[in-house]
Order: sequence, then structure tokens, then C-alpha cells
Amino acid sequence: MVLCDKHGNSLYLHERECSIQRRNQKVIEEAPSTFLDEETRKAMGDQACRLANAVGYDSAGTVEFLVDKHKNFYFLEMNTRLQVEHPITEMITGVDIVHQMLRVAKGHRLLHAQENIPIEGWAIECRVYAEDPFKNFGMPSIGRLSRYVEPLHIENTRCDSGIMEGSEISIYYDPMICKLVTYGRNRGLARETMIKSLDSYVIKGVTHNIPLLRDILTEKRFVEGDISTNYLPEVFPDGFKGKQLSIQENQQLAAMACAIYLKDEERASNFVNLKGSHIPLTPKSKWILNVMIGKTRFEAQVSRGADRLKVTVGDNNFDVKGNPSFASPLMDLSINGKQRLLQVQLRNGGGKYELRFFGTVYPVQVMSERAYDLNQYMLEKKQVDTSALVMAPMPGVLKSVSVAAGDLVAEHQEVCVLEAMKMQNSLVSAKVAKVKKVNFKTGDTVNEGDVIVELE
Amino acid sequence: MATLIRSLSKCHRFLHYAVPLQVTRGAKTMANVELTLDVKRRIDNTRQQALLGGGQRRIDVQHKKGKLTARERIQLLMDEDSFVEYDMFLEHNCADFGMEKQKYPGDSVVTGRGTINGRTAFVFSQDFTVFGGSLSGAHAKKVCKIMDQAMLVGAPVIGLNDSGGARIQEGVESLAGYADIFQRNVESSGVIPQISMIMGPCAGGAVYSPALTDFTFMVKDTSYLFITGPDVVKAVTNEDVTQEELGGAKTHTSVSGVAHKAFENDVDALLNLREFFNYLPLNNTESSPVRACDDPWDRLVPGLDTVVPLESTAAYDMHDVITGIIDEQEFFEIMPTYARNIIVGFGRMNGRTVGIVGNQPKVAAGCLDINASVKGARFVRFCDAFNIPIITFVDVPGFLPGTSQEYGGIIRHGAKLLYAFAEATVPKVTIITRKAYGGAYDVMSSKHLRGDINYAWPTAEVAVMGAKGAVSIIFRGSKNQVEQEAEYVEKFANPFPAAVRGFVDDIIEPRTTRMRINKDLSVLADKKLKNPWKKHSNMPL
Repeated sequence: MVLCDKHGNSLYLHERECSIQRRNQKVIEEAPSTFLDEETRKAMGDQACRLANAVGYDSAGTVEFLVDKHKNFYFLEMNTRLQVEHPITEMITGVDIVHQMLRVAKGHRLLHAQENIPIEGWAIECRVYAEDPFKNFGMPSIGRLSRYVEPLHIENTRCDSGIMEGSEISIYYDPMICKLVTYGRNRGLARETMIKSLDSYVIKGVTHNIPLLRDILTEKRFVEGDISTNYLPEVFPDGFKGKQLSIQENQQLAAMACAIYLKDEERASNFVNLKGSHIPLTPKSKWILNVMIGKTRFEAQVSRGADRLKVTVGDNNFDVKGNPSFASPLMDLSINGKQRLLQVQLRNGGGKYELRFFGTVYPVQVMSERAYDLNQYMLEKKQVDTSALVMAPMPGVLKSVSVAAGDLVAEHQEVCVLEAMKMQNSLVSAKVAKVKKVNFKTGDTVNEGDVIVELE
Repeated sequence: MATLIRSLSKCHRFLHYAVPLQVTRGAKTMANVELTLDVKRRIDNTRQQALLGGGQRRIDVQHKKGKLTARERIQLLMDEDSFVEYDMFLEHNCADFGMEKQKYPGDSVVTGRGTINGRTAFVFSQDFTVFGGSLSGAHAKKVCKIMDQAMLVGAPVIGLNDSGGARIQEGVESLAGYADIFQRNVESSGVIPQISMIMGPCAGGAVYSPALTDFTFMVKDTSYLFITGPDVVKAVTNEDVTQEELGGAKTHTSVSGVAHKAFENDVDALLNLREFFNYLPLNNTESSPVRACDDPWDRLVPGLDTVVPLESTAAYDMHDVITGIIDEQEFFEIMPTYARNIIVGFGRMNGRTVGIVGNQPKVAAGCLDINASVKGARFVRFCDAFNIPIITFVDVPGFLPGTSQEYGGIIRHGAKLLYAFAEATVPKVTIITRKAYGGAYDVMSSKHLRGDINYAWPTAEVAVMGAKGAVSIIFRGSKNQVEQEAEYVEKFANPFPAAVRGFVDDIIEPRTTRMRINKDLSVLADKKLKNPWKKHSNMPL
């Protein structure tokens, strides 16, 4: 990043590592880079300043380079403006860039000298997007933010956003919800703070990419700093499928689910105005519960202690402390002394919850022994076959429709183009078939799930 | 002597029968003792038999269909170890068609009482494994007994329906049985909550009992409700239709409006029924149940300030308003897929059960039509019968126009909703979020219908009709209608016309709505209002 005044002075504010991208759009940025050494940094900085001087540039700008594994760098482009990810540079250099831009515009000389631009600590920025990370690393999602709480109560966290609870994310703009930036004395601390902030961030009403962001932050290669522009396809060759919990982590989730379920049961019978005859339930202190996480079952033996729940799942014992209150979207629980942040994404009744743990949402159902035994008799529901339908994967506007009823289409032949949020999506037929019906025409707005084309 | 020793050793095992060891008494005493022990054994055996209903083979068939047995369902519905069964030994007394040779203890229904989260409920669970759950005189007798006792003590009745219908062998006896049940349904209506959960077939005359109850829930794919089945329909009208299409869960929850909700399977249905039960008072003398609440009653909801779009023609989802106001965002919606232009359901405010009614601008612009009026009216009357306060959210541009509505009798049916709100004496709080035009403004729990507290949001518009229509009538033939429209909008498309006349009590900031309603409800909890004495009204039907 460079900063130049109108008097020919220029300096560089060091680099930003922006390799983690999807569809050539940046997702996670950090400053400084794990890859550069002091020599390369200086060389790149000098080149950037010389370029700026050569064109008589003033104000702030960013020169983007590609760096190969031998630390050779190649000019890519220059963004002659303030970039989205500028906060991370501000944090490690202590320079208020916008302030400097205003000064330069007024005609003042640069306030700082190159020697006075330090690299102090580490900063990471995660772009929180309103998109579904399970579809091609990010398919836009729209909706109204029914619940939105930024994690600003966590120290060293900065959240730059233009929205608040009740705001609407629409198809007309970029899907960015906020730029979440964290700072630490070193990369490890910045990373940990970012993880905590992502876990504490409550966003309900739109699908967002926090599951992907959070998973990247704990992934081995990222932790080691081994990143490249090919990171996402290399680390998730089959696409992102959500954080895969280890057995222990699953058991922890099961233990917390038991705490939530018991709280639910307890408040269900906590009437304050019962009159007449009612037989008070004998308060229980021991339970055997069955927790289904997805399709896997975990049996838990639970007993109530003085200020905790003792849960045994598998071979592990967990002490669950904290009050799982349904009034707050974020549950601050602890397991065996370690803090575990959990969000109840949805409560479906009948012991069914959707819990956000480590960023990803897991469908969890807690059942008593009896309910579980009887549940074995329930039949699996048939899945509806959708191969004969071309459905809109996201809301948008139909840019073009290239088939009509009666046409014969080949497998993977494009049937229409859907545009939303600066993106054009080509929708194709899943099989060779005749078109039965086209439900929309060019220019129509469609919702997610709308059937655009029906095949025989 | 050998007999004596044998009997004595048996006696030893049953010492608690206090059989005196009068060895001198002789064979007669021993015979007596045997008899007593024999009876005990018979009782135990009969009990074991009753628990198996129609036998293990039939139980397996039931399970294979993905359905639970009558007793399993009760186990799941009721609190653990709380179920007390009545009439386990009752048998049918039909002597025709060889029926006297086939007797099952308990016959085709399991009845009794238990608790759900500590509160008493009476339940009857029809047993499909015994004669297909069909209704006999004995079956009806069992059901009537618990319905009578429920009325006596003031506790709800829950019916788990799974029956093939009348037992043909019983003849007219079963018809009498049904009528006895219907009569009690009617007597209990409005006194104790009655809930029907259809968990299997329910056909013919049997369907009238659920129809008379307050709420009818169904289980998807395995339950059916119809008066005449597909075979008879085909024979008489030559229509080809499957059981599912004619009377399955989807049909009744989205087309006919007979059922109030459908659940995925037996287990899902019963667990959710437990939750639903928590919202209801046990009888009509109890006040709305209050649960300890974590959600602060005075929480401000900033999201509500922006939920109504600035363009008055843009739609928004009324669910967002409702979930923003109630406790912990938990809303039990009734009939979510039928007449979607009106939303009704139960929520809690500061722990107290409330009934919520709201127009849905996303569907038919929130207009009231026949189905919506009837859906709303029944719900409002249920809440009124059982002391549940009603909160109404208004955004209605009027009644839906069109010949289909007029010929369908929108006049009669719209009047039902008006009637229901006017008659209700429970605390009524109304919030006008946006439009409240014409007769629909009056209908939706307005001040004039004894609304206790009426609020308007800043986006509220109370008027006789929209600007365009009004101007075209008032200034008919005039040349500058556009200008006059703008004038009309400025004058009437805001809450002032209503506020200056006291038709709303205040214009409030949306974010404060939850706090204000909670305050109002706690004051209104002691409201006492009665309607003039009458045998009963002549409500439009």
C-alpha cells in the first residue's frame, strides 16, 4: 500500500496478504504476510513507490503483486483508491489512512517518514458475506436480518459494516455484511481473537459464510501460513462441506445439547400461576438422553450437580457450566473449564434444534430414552426427485432464457442465465430431456427455489 | 394329604393373603384359597393381554406402517409414570356375528388421565390393533367416562384418533356411541380445551368429533380424514382420487382448512403436542398460563423500526413483526399453510400465553377474504373462551374483491371475524403497522369494538380507502386528480386522522412495542367485562 502527497513524497505502508479468494474475490486478508521477508518487502515497497512517483500519483493507493514460491514478484495492477481491506494496514502501522488522504487532498505534506512506519503486531480481516458457503464457496443469499449482534464486546475487534438489525440484504448490491478485523501482538493472538469474534457474531435471517471463514482459520495450512491463491480449491477439493467435527467435538456438542434440552424441559413446566390441583413433578437429577447430530446418535448420561451438569458421552466426561438462556441468541457455556460459544440458530420444538458450533450449523435432536426407542419405528420420508426441474439456486433477475416448451435439451446445456449481486449464473439441464414448461421469461425476478424450467 | 401340602406351599408364596393355617378345616378351605389365587392370576393375565392390545402380530403391522401403538403414544405424550388408566378390563358385549367369541380387555381404545409438564389432561387413544380401532358401544362408553370426568374437574381432553370407523357388527349401538361422544364434545366446548390428533384413518361419522374439538392436528402420510372414502366417491361421482389427495394432511392443512397443523410422524406429533399444551389453560375458569421468562419484558427491538418498508406498496413479512415482539421468538403458528393472508397463533409475552392475529401483507396484499375471516374468527373465539389475551397486528387494505368472494359469501364470513372481535371480552391490544382501510379497519379489533389499547406506528394509514379510489369518487370528473391524490395522501395516509379522534391511544415508536404491550397486559390482567346475558348468540354462520 502506498501513500503519496502532492509534493512528490511517497511511502509504502507495507503489504497485505490477500491470497485466500473465491472467484477472484478476496475473502480473508492479513497484514503482514507470512511469506515475505524483510528484503522482499523492501524491494516491493520501493517498486510500488517508484511506480507511484512515475505517474505522479497522490493520495492512497495499492499496488498488487503476484509472488511465486521463489519470492519473485510480478506486477498485477494498481488500485488507485482506498481498498476494502485497508483496516488491517491501519492496525499494524497505526496510521489513520483516511485521515492522511484528506490531508494530502488539502495539499499538506506527508506526516510520516518511511522509517517511522512500523509493523507492530498482526491483523486479520474476514469478509463476512451474505452467501451460502456450501454452494461453490459462496452463492449469494438475501433476506432480512432478524437478529444481528456484532461481536464488539471482544477486545481488539473492529467491525466495519453498513447495516444493523432489521436491515435488508437485497439482490441489488454486493453481498457484504461486514468487514470483521481483529488485531493481536502476533499472528496467533490475532487468529484466536478472530475465531472468538466469529463465534460470537450473531447473524440471523440470511445465510452467511462464517462457517467457511471459521474453518479456514483453524485449518492446518492456514495456521502454518502456507497459503496461495489456489488455497480454497486445494484444501476443499469437493467444495466446503461444513466443519467436520471430530468424535470428541461431537461429544462436546452433544453434552451442550443436553444442557439446552434440559433447560427447555425445565422452563416448560415452570408455571408461576398454577392453581387448583396439580401434581408437582418430582424433580429429577439423573437422565439418560439420546442426542442425534445429523444422523449419528450419541447416548449421554446426565446428572445435575450444584452448579453444573455432569454429562458422560462415550468414554468422556464433561462438566457443562453456564446458563443456556433462550432469550439470548449466544450461549456462553463452558466445558471442563474451557469456554464454548454456541448459538441456537433455530428452535424447532420437540427437542429439535439447529445449533451453530465452531461456525457451522448442525441439526441436533435430543430425545428421552423412551422417545428414542419409539422413534426407531418411524419411517424415513421419501426425497422428492428434482432432476426434472431447473430451480433458481439464489434470488435474482433472469438475464436470458434460451429454451421454450417442446425444445430438446442436452445434458448440461444452458437453459437460462440468472443475474444477482454482480454475478451471472448459467443454469443448465441435468439430463437429456424435452422441455415441458418454462415458467418465467427474460427480465423476471425469481426467488431461491423457484422452478424456472420443467423437463419431461 | 398330598393336595394339602401342595396348597400349603402355594400359600407360602402368597403369605400376604393372610391365609390362616387351619389345617383342620379340610378340603373346602383349600378350594377357597385356590379360587382367590386363581382370580389373582386371571387379573394379571388379563392385564398382560390388555397391554398387547390385538396381539403382537398386529402391533408389528402397526410399527411397519411407521405408526405407534395406542399405549406407546400415551407414553410419549404424558409425563413419565403419570398415566393412570381407566377401564382396562372393559369388554364389548356384542353377541352378533360371532363377536362374543372375540373379546379383548379394554376393547379398541385406551383411556385415562395423566399429566403433561405437571398439568392434568385426560386422553383417549384409539387402538388400531383391536378390531381396527373401530368404535363399539364399549369403546364409546370408555371415552364418555373420561370426557365426563374431565368436565367435572376442569381438565383438557386429548383424543388420539386412529380408527377404521364404526364397528359394523355392533350396528346401531356404535352410532349411539358416536352421538354420545358428540354430545359431550358440544357440552365441553368452551369449557375445557379439546384437542384431536389424527394419527390414522378417521372416516365417516367419526370425523365430526374432531370437527367439534378446538384443534385438529394430523400426522403426514399416515392419517386421513374424510366422510366418504375414495371408493364411495368413485362409485357415486366417478371421480378418481387417492386417500391422500382426498383427506390427507396436505389437503386439510392447505385446501379445506379442517386441520390446524400437520407433523412429520407420530413421535414428532406427540412431542409437539406437549409443547402446544403448555400454551393452554386447563379450563375456562383458569387464567392464561404464565411461565417464568428469561426474555426481559422491556427489551427494545430496533429491528422493528425498519421492518415496514418506506414505499407503502412494498410487502414485508408480518412474521418478522410478530417474532420481534414475543418472548424468545417462539411462535406456535396455527394453520400456517391455509389462508396465508392472515396469521394466527400462540406466543408468550413476559411468560403469559397470548393469541396473536396479524394480516400478512406478503399474501394477497394482506386483504381479508372468506378463508382468512373464518380462520381468524375461530381462533379469536377460542382465545376469548379461555381467557387468553389477543394481540392484533393490522395491515389490511380491505376485503378481497371479486365475484368468487361475493358469490362465496364474503359478507357472511367477513361478519364472523367482526363478530368474534366485538364479542371478545379478554384484553385486546391492537397495533396498526401500516394500512387500515375501510370496513377491514373496523373489523380488525378496532377501538370501536372494545379494543382496550390501540396503537399506531408512524407508518400507519387509517382511511376509508386508498388515495386513488377516494379521489376518483370525491373529485369525479376533475382534471387534476394527480394533485388531489397527493393532497389526499398527505391528509389521510398517516396516523393523525385516527389519533386526533382518540381512535388510537398513541402513535408509538416500533422499537418500543414489546415493552408497551407487556406493560399494558399486566394492567389488563385484572380486566373484568361481561356481555349481556343471553342463551347464546345468533352468530352468522
